[in-house]
Amino acid sequence: MPKYLLLKHYRGGPEAHRAVPPMDQWASEDVEAHMAFLKHVAELLEKNGEFVDAQALTPTQTWVRYGGPDAAPVTTDGPLPETNDLVAGWYMIDVDSRERAVELAAYVSSEPGPGGTPLYEWIDIREVMSDAPAQD
Amino acid sequence: MPDQPMHPRDEDALRGLVPRVLTSLVRRGEDFDAAEDALQEALLEALRVWPRQPPRDPRAWLTTVATRRLIDARRGETARHGREETAYVQPRPDATEEGDDTLFLLFCCCHPDLAPASQVALTLRAVGGLTTREIADAFYVPEATMAQRISRAKRTVRGRRLDRPGDLAVVLRVLYLVYAAGHGGRVDLAVEAIRLARQLTLATPEPEARGLLALMLLNHARLPARLDAGGRIVTLDRQDRGRWDTREIAEGVRVLQSALAQQTDTRRPGRYQIEAAIAALHDDATSAAETDWPQILDWYDDLVALTGDPVRQDPTAVLARAVAVGHVLGAAAGLREADRLREVLGERHRWYAVRAYLHELGDDRPAAANAYAEAARRATNVAERDHLIREASRMRNVGNRGGAIPSQIGNGGPVDGGGGLPTL
Repeated sequence: MPKYLLLKHYRGGPEAHRAVPPMDQWASEDVEAHMAFLKHVAELLEKNGEFVDAQALTPTQTWVRYGGPDAAPVTTDGPLPETNDLVAGWYMIDVDSRERAVELAAYVSSEPGPGGTPLYEWIDIREVMSDAPAQD
Repeated sequence: MPDQPMHPRDEDALRGLVPRVLTSLVRRGEDFDAAEDALQEALLEALRVWPRQPPRDPRAWLTTVATRRLIDARRGETARHGREETAYVQPRPDATEEGDDTLFLLFCCCHPDLAPASQVALTLRAVGGLTTREIADAFYVPEATMAQRISRAKRTVRGRRLDRPGDLAVVLRVLYLVYAAGHGGRVDLAVEAIRLARQLTLATPEPEARGLLALMLLNHARLPARLDAGGRIVTLDRQDRGRWDTREIAEGVRVLQSALAQQTDTRRPGRYQIEAAIAALHDDATSAAETDWPQILDWYDDLVALTGDPVRQDPTAVLARAVAVGHVLGAAAGLREADRLREVLGERHRWYAVRAYLHELGDDRPAAANAYAEAARRATNVAERDHLIREASRMRNVGNRGGAIPSQIGNGGPVDGGGGLPTL
């Protein structure tokens, strides 16, 4: 069974289908509904036997490279720190097909936003390379 | 037939034997590293075999099996090297003639040359009697990673003299790290830390050891009220105090009193006793409003006085004290205290969270909302991040919707398909 990452982003990706303010400016009940939904997604995936992992990342990003012999590592926060893509976290799932991964990603994207209506957030789907030999 | 799991009570008894058996092997002259490996194998064997065939003398059983493993390992080594490794059987000079096994082992495992993560892992295995698998699960790392961390740690302490008294302050810090590492996994590290701290108090009369045990008990007592049914963080002022563990509080207070009774004019209480005293004052209040903040502030004054430059050397104590200052002298005074830490802690979520709390205390809701949002952006833990976002939202939304507009998600929860949400 192929594994997929369903990546959520703080920013980046296609133009937002629905523009919303940061979550700390939502109504309390909308915040609750949103968080309850994400928890429910993880539980649903576990119940279906499709869950592998779910992690969240802090929004602090630092690029690092080797500085050369006897030099400290070189770091930067990127060429366009305010606009570059920034991953917020992921679900890793183990599913029957790519179609199923797309279906689940769309479901995640339906998470409730302000007013309790779907957020239509873009979800980035990436297939994890497998150790198993290809079946086709 | 699948193996039966061991009864938790028997498993506790088994794990309690680990430090005693290990110490006796090391005192007999075995290498700490090899003996610890052999005993881990014996422990795994016991977990497998004992449920069906309980031994008559568990301690002798463990010692025998571990010794057999040691002999096997030595034979393997000898065969590999093709020569006699006499060094293995050279008895070391006797370690502490008297003194407790637990203390002896804690000093080995909490060797100052080891990094904190290694001290914690080694302590849990050699003193706590946990399996590598259990420790790996508790820290969410692969078992092979944890096994490697433990064997590297043992290589580091190999050859170090283990017969000198160790550094008790390091041991206390390691046990506190174990406590703080969390709960909820298959192995509850908080409970494990309390068990080890209790063992330590039997091994040393040092009041700080009892202070640490008291602190753990007094904090742990509130654990049942710290999360609501949905897993959300409930702050101290909003907790259902009826859910606190009064038996644990009583024990914590008793342990703390016995530690404080040893203080003299020249021997003032150390940081764990002080923090335990603060925890006891919180536990003692029947409601948040009845909290004795002036007395808590007195203890915080003692806490920050332990270091010469508390802002730099103990900023978390100064930050916690700022909350007490806010309650006793007013929000503005508390915020001024917190401001002293801007340079040291100004990028940490906790600094913003305390400022937010103090703004809320002073009824400045917009400032509180901004500070909670800043804290949420810097949080490194999902539950805390979610909590801080909720607090920011709560500060901004007072009366905004007044609950008059029903959520479109409906009573069936997020999957009932209402309000344009799909089902799956």
